[in-house]
Amino acid sequence: MRQTPDTCALKTAPARPGRRKAVRAAAVLAPLSLVSLVAACLFGALPLGMDEAMKILASSLGLLPGVSKEDFDPLVWTVVVSMRFGRTLLAYCAGAALSISGVIFQGVLRNPLADPFTLGVSSGAAFGASVAIALGLGGAATLPFAPGLTAIPFFALCGAFGALLAVLALGRAGGRLRRETLVLAGIVTASFLSALISLVKALNEESVAGIVFWIMGGFQGRGLADLALFFPYFLLGLAAAALCSRDLDLLMLGETQAGQLGVNVSRSRLILLAGASAMTGACVAVCGVIGFLGLAAPHLVRLYQGADHRPLIVNAGLLGGLLLVWSDVLARVILPGGAELPVGVITALLGGPFFCLLLRRKAGELL
Amino acid sequence: MIAVRDLTVAYAGRPVLDGVSFTIARGEMAGLLGPNGSGKTTLIKALTGAIPQRRMTSGEILLNGKPLGAYSPKARARLAAVVPQRTEGIRGFTAFALVLMGRYPGLSFFGNYSPKDERAALRAMEEAGAAAFADRPAGELSGGELQRVMIARALAQETDILFLDEASSGLDPARKIEIHDLLARRNRQGLTILSAIHDLNLAALYCPRLIVLKNGRVALDGPTQEVFTQKNLSEIYETEFIICRRPDRDAPQCLPVPGV
Repeated sequence: MRQTPDTCALKTAPARPGRRKAVRAAAVLAPLSLVSLVAACLFGALPLGMDEAMKILASSLGLLPGVSKEDFDPLVWTVVVSMRFGRTLLAYCAGAALSISGVIFQGVLRNPLADPFTLGVSSGAAFGASVAIALGLGGAATLPFAPGLTAIPFFALCGAFGALLAVLALGRAGGRLRRETLVLAGIVTASFLSALISLVKALNEESVAGIVFWIMGGFQGRGLADLALFFPYFLLGLAAAALCSRDLDLLMLGETQAGQLGVNVSRSRLILLAGASAMTGACVAVCGVIGFLGLAAPHLVRLYQGADHRPLIVNAGLLGGLLLVWSDVLARVILPGGAELPVGVITALLGGPFFCLLLRRKAGELL
Repeated sequence: MIAVRDLTVAYAGRPVLDGVSFTIARGEMAGLLGPNGSGKTTLIKALTGAIPQRRMTSGEILLNGKPLGAYSPKARARLAAVVPQRTEGIRGFTAFALVLMGRYPGLSFFGNYSPKDERAALRAMEEAGAAAFADRPAGELSGGELQRVMIARALAQETDILFLDEASSGLDPARKIEIHDLLARRNRQGLTILSAIHDLNLAALYCPRLIVLKNGRVALDGPTQEVFTQKNLSEIYETEFIICRRPDRDAPQCLPVPGV
C-alpha cells in the first residue's frame, strides 16, 4: 500500500474537538494553579494580608530586587516560606501524582474504578510506613544499603509494590485478569492491610499517633524537606507517563489489539505500573493516604475532553494538584481555634459521593 | 510472503489449530473459510502475534521469510495489519483518533503523531469511506461505520500484508460490496490479503484462492473453482448445497438446501 501519493482532498486534519478542549482546559488550569500556589499561602492560623504574603513570596523567589529577608518579621517569613509555601507546593505535587497514577491505573487495567486508593496501593504504602514506625525506624537515619533514603519512604514503596502485586495476582485468579475481580481484589487487600495496620497500632501503643497520621493523610508540619524526598519519585512517575502515554491509548483497546498494532504490551505495562506505584508509594510516605483524588480528577477531565491520554495526563495532573491544594486549605481553616483536619478526611468526604455517582454511571459498562 | 508450517495451537491441552500448513505468495488474495469453531480467528490471531508463544506447541510462522517471533511488535505491525472481528474500549475516542492509532508502529519510542501521520490517516479514511464521520465519537458509530473505521486504521498502517477477521459480517449487502471492492482494488495494487470470511458467496466472488479449515486442520486449499464444489462444501459444512453460476461473472455461488 505504499504507492499512494501524499495527496488528499482534505489538506488538514479534521478539527479535533477533544484537543481543542484540552488546550482550553490547560489554559484555565495552569494559570489557576500558579495563582493558587500563592493564594493558598494566605490561609492558616496566623492571619496575613494578601499584600504582605505576596511580597514575601516574591522576594523569596528573588523577584523583588532591593527587598530582602531582613525587611520582614522573621516569624511571618518562616510561616509563609518554610511552612505554608513548602506545604502548598508539596500538596500540589502530591495531588498531581495521585491523579496521574489514577489515569495510569485506569488505563492499564482498563477499569474506571481503579486508582491508588481502590487498588490498595495506598494502603500497602501506609502499612509499610507503619511497620517502619513500629520497628523504631521512624527517625532521619538513612538506610545502610540505600544512602540518602530513610526507612519510612523505603518501607512505604515496598508496601505499595507489594500490595499492587498481591492485587494483580488475586485479580488474575482463573487465568486472565478480569476487570471486575480486580477492584474486588483491591478492596479485599485494602481492608486486610487496614486490619494489619490496626494490629501494628495495638501492639505498639507509643507509635499510635504517628501511624494514625498515615491512615488519614495530611500535610500538617510538612514542607520543603518532604518535597525534596518525594520529588525524585514524582519525576520517575512523570517520565513513565510521558514515555508510554501513546501506549495507554492503545492499551484501552485491549491487550490483543494493542499488541497487533505494535505495542510491546508487557514492557509498557511494566513501565507504567512501576512508575505509578513509585509515585503513589512516595506520596503516601510523605503525606499518608489521601483517597479518591486519583478517581475524581481523571474522570472530571475525561468527561470534559475525552480519552486521549497525552492531554489527559497533563490536565488531570493540573486539576489533581489544584484540588488537593484547596482541600488542604479547607483542612486548615474548617475547624475553629487553629486545629487541623487531616486532608484525607476532606477528600474522602468529597470523593465518596463522587465514587458512588461513578459507580452508578459506569456500573453498566463495567460488569 | 506468508508461510505457516505445521502450526499447532492448544488451549488446556485441546488443539484449536492442529498441524496447519500453507503458504501465501506476495500479492495473493486468499479467503479463509470454515464452520464456526474451526480455528479461523485463532489462525488470524496467531499470524498477528496475538497468541502467546507457550500456546504454540509446534510449528512456525514466517513473514517475508523471517520467523514471526523475530520481529519486534512495531516491526511486525509495519509489515502486517489486521482488521479484527470485535472491538472494545473504543468509547472515549473519536473515529479519527482510532485511525491515527494505525500510525503507532511508525512512531519512535517517545514520538508523537506528525502532520504526515494525520494526513495518512485522513487519506485512509477517505479511501474506506469513513472521512464523513471522522469527528464523531467511536461509541456512537453504527456497525458498518465502525467497520469502515477499522479498515481505515489498517490501511493507515501502510503494510504489505492485510489480515481480516470477518471484516464485513453483519453489514448490509451494499456495504459488503463496497468493502470488498476496496480490498480487491488494493490487492491489484500489490497488497497481500488473507480474509477470514463466513459469507461463502462473497468469498467465491472476490477471492481467487480459498483455504478451508475444519476442526483446526486445513481441509482444502486451492483455486476457488476447484474448492468451491457441491461435494466439498457439503462435506465441510455437513449440509446439502446447490452450486450455480453467477449470470454476470465467472464465479461459482452456492445455495444451502433446507432440511424440510
